[in-house]
Amino acid sequence: MSALPLPPFRVLRWVIPLFVALACLPWLVEPYQTTLFSYGLVMAIAALGFNLLLGYTGLLSFGHSAYFGVGAYAVALLVKYLKVTSLEVLVVGGIIASALVSALFGFVCVRYTKIFFSILTMALSQVLWSLAFKFYHVTGGSDGLRVPTPTLLGTHIAPGEDKMTYLAHRYYYYVLAIFAVCTALMWVIVHSPFGKALQAIRDNETRAEFVGVQVRHYRWVAFVVSGTYTGLAGALWVPLNGLTTPDILHWTFSGEIVFFTVLGGFGTFTGPIVGAIVFNYLKTFAVGYTVYWQMFLGVVLVTLVLALPTGIMGMVGRLLQGRKAPAS
Amino acid sequence: MDNLIVHVLTALLYASVLFLIAGGLSLIYGVMRIVNLAHGMLYAFGAYVSAWAVGALAVRWPTAALYALLPLGALAAAGLGAILEPTLLRPFYRRAEEYQLLVTFGLLLILGDLMRFLWGPYPLSASQLYEAMGSLTIGETIYPTYNLVVIAVGLLAAVGMWAFVYKTQFGVVLRATSQNMRMAQALGINVNRVYVQAFTLGCFMAGLGGAIIVPSQGAVLDMGVDALIMAFVVVVIGGLGSLEGALVGALLVGVVREVGITFFPEVELAVLYLMAAVVLLIRPAGVFGRP
Repeated sequence: MSALPLPPFRVLRWVIPLFVALACLPWLVEPYQTTLFSYGLVMAIAALGFNLLLGYTGLLSFGHSAYFGVGAYAVALLVKYLKVTSLEVLVVGGIIASALVSALFGFVCVRYTKIFFSILTMALSQVLWSLAFKFYHVTGGSDGLRVPTPTLLGTHIAPGEDKMTYLAHRYYYYVLAIFAVCTALMWVIVHSPFGKALQAIRDNETRAEFVGVQVRHYRWVAFVVSGTYTGLAGALWVPLNGLTTPDILHWTFSGEIVFFTVLGGFGTFTGPIVGAIVFNYLKTFAVGYTVYWQMFLGVVLVTLVLALPTGIMGMVGRLLQGRKAPAS
Repeated sequence: MDNLIVHVLTALLYASVLFLIAGGLSLIYGVMRIVNLAHGMLYAFGAYVSAWAVGALAVRWPTAALYALLPLGALAAAGLGAILEPTLLRPFYRRAEEYQLLVTFGLLLILGDLMRFLWGPYPLSASQLYEAMGSLTIGETIYPTYNLVVIAVGLLAAVGMWAFVYKTQFGVVLRATSQNMRMAQALGINVNRVYVQAFTLGCFMAGLGGAIIVPSQGAVLDMGVDALIMAFVVVVIGGLGSLEGALVGALLVGVVREVGITFFPEVELAVLYLMAAVVLLIRPAGVFGRP
């Protein structure tokens, strides 16, 4: 067993101050801003998982709403039927449910690549959407399911404590901690021999097979990890939102996940994280500013794909390199 | 027995509209190898244009003359397609499929809001055309006559497409380009022009689907997104890029949906999506597709 691929010092030099700054956030800005940022962090977890497939394995899933939705609905159903209140149990439940569903769907989907993979993932996610939509008695149909504020590490929301403050402080730290663990874990995954094998598959499937990579099996494992990350994001998203509706299972939500990963740049490790957070602000701004927010987002997406296919982080990387080049 | 006839007619009605949408989607994929996620929006666009034209002239024109306005939706969708292909899609043929999906997803968002902007958030209706035709009595059931018109148009479109693709000079060029774009180009075919024509034709079909269904259902904003997914189911079952496949797929989906709504309404949609998934697993190229 080789040593864990630790990030080099030059990376930690940026990451540690960044996390210190994020830890101070609830004291610096209003609760609303912190909560908004929590949404961004949750989506960033989903994007990290999604990018393991798109950026590292070269598979474009148009059905990741399925795993996000399974995570979210697993939490909501656990609350409704088993009266679970502890967030730890709920999150574990969401992880298990989304891992099972992505293992099943992934087993089917990884037989294909390219456009067929995209359509198959989309068709399967629509199966779940239609079930959530139609089984009114179980899922609440289009009304969705309400999820009350859960307990964190055994502590309840204090009597009289404002829910907004609760979300902006304790829940924010909870999400931030899980986000940090997820990011570190994903870093390890993509820099491990497994991650390198995925990249080999992405770059040349035939050659990867010749050097002994079990292509389909590796793709399946990547699919399960990816789906589970997205499911975890869904599980964390529900208490924040307080409600889950079939909208998050619909394929247009899968489109949003693709959107913010590409916005940040799927060729880089940090791109999806940045993309998810930026997209979250962009969407909130657009929704508050105009009823035609979809058009705004559509124009952003088309412009992005036409002019900036490497996304925000790809552009930042180019700018940094351009600044370094003349100096050397 | 009478009930059976009504069920068959309802299945055919749904299949006709689905064939028009899915046939266009399949044609575009067959020729240009591009999956247009915004295709459903062109169907909705056709519906809106027709409903708007009918609504605008309803007071001045006699009802019988209003039927002549319905094809406007199809023409408008074709016109929109003729603008979109050279401007937005052409830069993407040489790039990875991922980008093609993304740019058409962006287009879907834009077109959806464009229709909201032009016609407002409320449904438009052209139901006077639906009601003016009256209804037939089949046994003990009343069946609207207009639905028969829709079925007839779907049938005509299928025959027309077949004749167009297999019996005309342009059809030969279209099929040649679809089989081997480089070879066609080398033989002197203007591939760019074929692409515009194929895309326009595909959009025309989608717009026609919207235009003929609008008197019975009205135009709503969500119709494009829902239609796209059903069209996907159809082309996946029939085979992406095959018109025969789109026809068979549409008929199959029409029948399964009708059976589903009658006997197991809760899982009707799930069964349709699962059907697509199963076909992809057993025959990834679809029933009629080229492997």
